[in-house]
Amino acid sequence: MSILINKDTKVICQGFTGSQGTLHSEQALAYGTQLVGGVTPGKGGSSHLGLPVFDTVAEAVAATGATASVIYVPASFCKDSILEALNAGIELIVCITEGIPTLDMLAVKARLEQSGARMVGPNCPGVITPGECKIGIMPGDIHLPGKVGIVSRSGTLTYEAVKQTTDRGFGQSSCVGIGGDPIPGSHFIDVLELFEQGPATEAIVMVGEIGGNAEEEAAAYIKANVTKPVVGYIAGVTAPPGKRMGHAGAIIAGGKGTADDKFAALQDAGVRTVRSLAEIGDALAEVTGWS
Amino acid sequence: MNLHEYQAKGLFANYGLPVSEGYAVDTADEAVAAAQKIGGERWVVKVQVHAGGRGKAGGVKLADSLDDIRACAEHWIGKNLVTIQTDENGQPVSKIYVESCTDIDRELYLSAVIDRGSRRVVFMASTEGGVEIEQVAEETPEKILRASIDPAVGAQPYQGRELAFKLGLEGQQIRQFTNLFMGLSKLFEECDCSLLEINPLVVTSDGDIHCLDAKINIDGNALYRQPAIAEMNDPSQEDEREAQAAEFSLNYVALEGNIGCMVNGAGLAMGTMDLVKLHGGNPANFLDVGGGATKEAVAEAFKIILSDSAVRAVLINIFGGIVSCATIAEGIIGAVQEVGVEVPVVVRFEGNNSALGRQTLADSGLNIIPGDSLVDAVEKAVAAAGGQA
Repeated sequence: MSILINKDTKVICQGFTGSQGTLHSEQALAYGTQLVGGVTPGKGGSSHLGLPVFDTVAEAVAATGATASVIYVPASFCKDSILEALNAGIELIVCITEGIPTLDMLAVKARLEQSGARMVGPNCPGVITPGECKIGIMPGDIHLPGKVGIVSRSGTLTYEAVKQTTDRGFGQSSCVGIGGDPIPGSHFIDVLELFEQGPATEAIVMVGEIGGNAEEEAAAYIKANVTKPVVGYIAGVTAPPGKRMGHAGAIIAGGKGTADDKFAALQDAGVRTVRSLAEIGDALAEVTGWS
Repeated sequence: MNLHEYQAKGLFANYGLPVSEGYAVDTADEAVAAAQKIGGERWVVKVQVHAGGRGKAGGVKLADSLDDIRACAEHWIGKNLVTIQTDENGQPVSKIYVESCTDIDRELYLSAVIDRGSRRVVFMASTEGGVEIEQVAEETPEKILRASIDPAVGAQPYQGRELAFKLGLEGQQIRQFTNLFMGLSKLFEECDCSLLEINPLVVTSDGDIHCLDAKINIDGNALYRQPAIAEMNDPSQEDEREAQAAEFSLNYVALEGNIGCMVNGAGLAMGTMDLVKLHGGNPANFLDVGGGATKEAVAEAFKIILSDSAVRAVLINIFGGIVSCATIAEGIIGAVQEVGVEVPVVVRFEGNNSALGRQTLADSGLNIIPGDSLVDAVEKAVAAAGGQA
């Protein structure tokens, strides 16, 4: 089984009729995602891309049975949208939007932990189970159904890892972009646990970057719990301290969160690390014996 | 976004927190007038830059006369202050802050940050005020006291009292500290802070709690709902190119090397810099052109990269997700023609329409070096820049 989403996952889109929501909903439909409707307050009862539009998430869930929601609303409305989805009983919330205030995410994260729902993002490409379901902004055509689980804080670095596993014919079981923000809805550990348990995943690629200590926590988790081979890459060896490198969460603060520390933690956990992002595929072949 | 000390103290004053009377001024005459307005015989003059370590660098002066104040203001305004936290050029001084002098009995430390591990706002307090808190954390971690704020209910007075008693405060200081703790917590939330630090927080010789310094960082993502604070931004304290890039929604960070990098996506931009280094070159910058790299954005990115005279080659690395490489190719061609790029440009395209993008560049007749793969592009850029920098 893939993780988080599959061909039967019913998905709604919050911010459905906006430009981003429209563009990426079209692509999701073309990919075969079971997108069953969308939410835009005030446009309930109308239709968009041949699908029903609802005023509220609760109405959309009641009418369609959706269990997943993808959020494309502007950053200033995301806290509200995420909490609405949580309240409506959505089980998987994927928030693509970049730029959500950190204090908003603290409040959201506290509610998430009480609810039992999962959230992926914000500031992320989304989740894909190749050949079955695409929720997010990643290009579908670089993926190949297969056996590698990929989890990453960066969008385009995920695509690099995807391409290398596709080129070698390994393919991907599922790919999860957890996003570049300091307070993500899901952490590496949450996704690693699913990959370890999911039989479709035979090896794992973990792509981290500077800032925070999520990679170190993941390394400790891998050491104790993960039996599948893991290849790890960390971006930002050359990043200067104290500078935010594009992502809100990518900053070395007070000497903490360096790439070297993260590489060391992963190596200590038995992860096959690569210093060159171009060597992810080679390292996978090496640790799995696949050719 | 960082605030100056005088701006942070202004916010403190708005929340009724104990700060000295002081004025930020632009000229020596204003500095003297500020001291006269404050009155008394001793004042503190503090250079306003976005960097710590000002005291040791001579940017904080005790003044015993109006002549001292004038001399200090004339010395610093218009100059740069170099501290252990700045680069060798230092930070420009356009304002100095004149405030009343405080007699100190004890120096303490108090801060609040967003702790990524616990996903809470966490206050840290210590009896070791006036020194680098990282050093205290490293050498004597038991001297750092913590209070974690529950986002559901916010800060509670008992948390302030606990810290106050553990800091060895007594009598009226307990209530004063608790009020400060509650006020800071309110300020943190209402102003969307990402960091708030008072170092030192002092007990005055009269036995009162007083904020001698104030540092505030604001969450850049929240500036849309903090218009008054957004107004406080001082671009003179940032790298000129970084400020220029920010105007075009580009993320740029200047580095020391000679290979200019233009990449889509923050993670891939860092990964590309790392690859350049791994292959014997030195990246001149981090630059994320973002997902919707338009011709205008690419042209602006070129201008910013090339305004660094150290740049000997430009490496463009695009993994087209939603954005088509063909669109970016046209952007590159337009930008090269418009900006007049004289250094070698190496381009690697992958993903969406990459073949068409490569063809478009090849047909342009411009001297653009194609990279066949990521590593090939990096090696060509390193070679074009003259090998190891």
